[in-house]
Amino acid sequence: MARTPGPTLPSTEPIRRWTLERVHRPTILAQAIVTVASVLLGLVLGGIIMIIAGENPFEVYRAMFTGAFSGEYNLSETLVKTIPLLLTGLGVSIAFRMQLWNIGAEGQFYFGAIFASGVAIFWLPDAGPWVVIPAMMVAGMVGGALWGAIPGALRGYLGVNETITTLMMNYVAILVAEYLVHGPWRDPMAFGFPGTESFSEATYLPTWGTTRVHLGLIFGLVAAIVLSVVFRRTRWGYEIGVTGASERVAQYAGMRTARNIVLVLAFSGALAGLAGMAEVAGINHSLQRGLSPGYGYTAIIVAWLGRLNPAGIVVVSFLLAGLLVGGDQLQITLGLPSAIAPMLQGVILFCLLAGDFFTRYRVTRVRAIAPAPASGEAAS
Amino acid sequence: MTGALPERSPAGDEAIGLYGVTKRFGPVTANRDVTFSAAWGEVHALVGENGAGKSTLMSILAGLYRPDSGIVRIDGRPVDFRSPGDARAAGVGMVYQHFMLVESFTVTENVMLGDPSSGLRLDAAAVDADLRRLSAAYGLDVDPNARIWQLSVGERQRVEIVRSLHQGARILVLDEPTAVLTPGESEQLIRTLRGMAAEGFCIIFISHKLDEVLAVADRISVLRRGELIGTVPSAGTTRRDLARMMVGRELAGTLLDEGEAPPHPAGPVVLSVDHLSANGDKGVPALREVSFEIRAGETLGIAGVAGNGQRELGEVIAGMRRPTHGRVRLGERDITNWHPREVAAAGVAHVPEDRLGTGLAPTMEVDQNAILRAYERKPIARGSFLVASAVDRFTDGLIERFDVKTPSRSTAVRDLSGGNQQKLLIARELAGEPRAIVAVHPTRGVDVGAAEVIHDVLRAQRERGAATLLVSEDLEELLALCDRILVLAGGEVMGAVRAHGADIEVIGEMMAGTPLDRVESVAQGALAGGANANG
Repeated sequence: MARTPGPTLPSTEPIRRWTLERVHRPTILAQAIVTVASVLLGLVLGGIIMIIAGENPFEVYRAMFTGAFSGEYNLSETLVKTIPLLLTGLGVSIAFRMQLWNIGAEGQFYFGAIFASGVAIFWLPDAGPWVVIPAMMVAGMVGGALWGAIPGALRGYLGVNETITTLMMNYVAILVAEYLVHGPWRDPMAFGFPGTESFSEATYLPTWGTTRVHLGLIFGLVAAIVLSVVFRRTRWGYEIGVTGASERVAQYAGMRTARNIVLVLAFSGALAGLAGMAEVAGINHSLQRGLSPGYGYTAIIVAWLGRLNPAGIVVVSFLLAGLLVGGDQLQITLGLPSAIAPMLQGVILFCLLAGDFFTRYRVTRVRAIAPAPASGEAAS
Repeated sequence: MTGALPERSPAGDEAIGLYGVTKRFGPVTANRDVTFSAAWGEVHALVGENGAGKSTLMSILAGLYRPDSGIVRIDGRPVDFRSPGDARAAGVGMVYQHFMLVESFTVTENVMLGDPSSGLRLDAAAVDADLRRLSAAYGLDVDPNARIWQLSVGERQRVEIVRSLHQGARILVLDEPTAVLTPGESEQLIRTLRGMAAEGFCIIFISHKLDEVLAVADRISVLRRGELIGTVPSAGTTRRDLARMMVGRELAGTLLDEGEAPPHPAGPVVLSVDHLSANGDKGVPALREVSFEIRAGETLGIAGVAGNGQRELGEVIAGMRRPTHGRVRLGERDITNWHPREVAAAGVAHVPEDRLGTGLAPTMEVDQNAILRAYERKPIARGSFLVASAVDRFTDGLIERFDVKTPSRSTAVRDLSGGNQQKLLIARELAGEPRAIVAVHPTRGVDVGAAEVIHDVLRAQRERGAATLLVSEDLEELLALCDRILVLAGGEVMGAVRAHGADIEVIGEMMAGTPLDRVESVAQGALAGGANANG
């Protein structure tokens, strides 16, 4: 049986329906409104989940806000968590600008920490702060850069998908760190606990008063300024921008794309490595297991919410750090699971991604199609 | 749905009718008031150059686009396709150039995939049997158990056709079906399609190979610049007639002799290519043994239907594509395989075919696009840094000299009109006073005013002594701007003629694939310029 060629709808009926239209340039105002609205919606949805869980969302939010931003101690703890988020967030944003999906900041963070720890413990155990701290910084950046450059070279010269390699190298880096702290680098005096011996005091990054806020914050802010200059004012930043906008245009202009891919991922990794160095030199003073609660992954969120803009990343890393610290406080003050923080983080990100859609598209109603009269014979 | 023998509609009744169909994309009108119809039992060919609107028309039939106005009728009843599924349900089957098949699946699995009639229950045996029956009925030799990756291109195409038949298609639309086939496979396909038409199917055959169209079609409709120029029966129509309709009736048959003869350039050879061959993106040869020389102050036009090696030629010269054979020379220097940046620095400007994907980064601002060729040199670069004031000055200079209409330097390039994008691109490429210019379709899709500016600019460059290679599908443009015109078809040089006094029909026939020395009734005068074309 053949299907009869059938009419579906006579097109003389006026047709109305909704359609999406691409908006060429979202205005800053539209972006701001959508961002704020998305965050608010995220908080409302998060609140609904809390109600389902039997909590009063207003109380929870107040407790979180107080826990994150009120009082010197709370605020300083938020700043402490801002440092790794800021550095790793800036790091991945460089790669994202070139449309390279570096989700390996976590591994690059660990490798930076490993290299910096090696310098502190084995190479310069007795050096003064003016020697050992810069040496650790360089080592941390080299470690992270190396961990970024490997997937970079694979992608640039062999076309291996960097999303997968950077992700997988996270596990390798974390396991290397585990191996070191359980095996060759384990502190013999620690009664079998995994972890290296403590670094000399010369390696301690200077802190702000009595708080734990350390020099890493300055690293982060300087890195943000350097990046905004690189992106806007240098030849290399221009090449990254062009390659990110269109790889074919970069090829047409004769830019060395493969080399730039390696450099960008190395630079990206170097900042994550610096974050790892700052964490061991500023907070832990030794290399331990579980050094990062997933900063390198949160970095991806930070970079996107900050719209890959260094200033935006500074703001967002502070706010997300507040969310983490406030979530931890919930456990103490209200006896709630700290998992509320990542839950909220997820809901807000979800709303922002959905909201982003509305900055790029506009919903419009399609006007009725007026069909031309079916007159005239086919040309022959 | 099994069994696809069309219900016998009386042959000659309308299968597909388009009435006053217009489709616009922003400022571009892809189809303007197109009216044509094809009957049951007919092979109806749709010919036209690339960009003539064939694909858009086809997408309307396929349910991918809805026309802005006009009516589509299937079997006499008006339809409004809102999705490809609607078109399929109405019995319209599409065979695209790029096959929609899953390589690791068998033929039967591919046919079952996405077949709306199968529902949740998969009956592979029934599908298998139906495929065998259809294969036998129409001479479409296909093994239902073969996996797609094992099949040749011709076999894959047959799978596409059989799949459409299985889904109940009674109208089959094929987009340049022979472009991927060997001559033997093409002949087989043509036999199959004729056989299907005899069974009552309506076949729409899209192509720009005129010989083939004449061999397969009952009637031929010609599109040019989005408009339907006319429909002719293939009996009694010659290739020459079709070529004339494709390239423009108002020009055809006249020897262009208005205007004074351009002075023959006597400058030294600036750009030359010697037995150049190169592969296209798919790895098949796209350029075969192309040779020519361009002197200072000379403009050589490349005529031909798009997709006959023009883009590849431009890319090889610009260093973006490696030739498989042959040399490119700039003056005395061999620049074959040079890096694009070195080629540009040596003085070759390249206006690529794909304006907004190759030549300009659409999401970047006007100033960022303006400095693409200059960002490494003074005054824009100072060491590793870019000097913002120099960027602004440079951008303003280009905007002013070439009359680029843009709200500001920081407007994204994609927000400019096509004409202004092209002016910006050309302004940038010519800013360095290049010795040689490779311009591929520089006025395609731009408005008349911008096209005029671009023509003036190219003339001024010729006066200045630049050697220009101008690729265009617009013969009027080539005749107006060039000293000589060389025709490419299938990646080969069909011949070259002096532009002044050239016979349009001769060029049209060469575009259709006839070498100059075999063109019937070549006017003696037209040959004069050809002698030194390959030298």
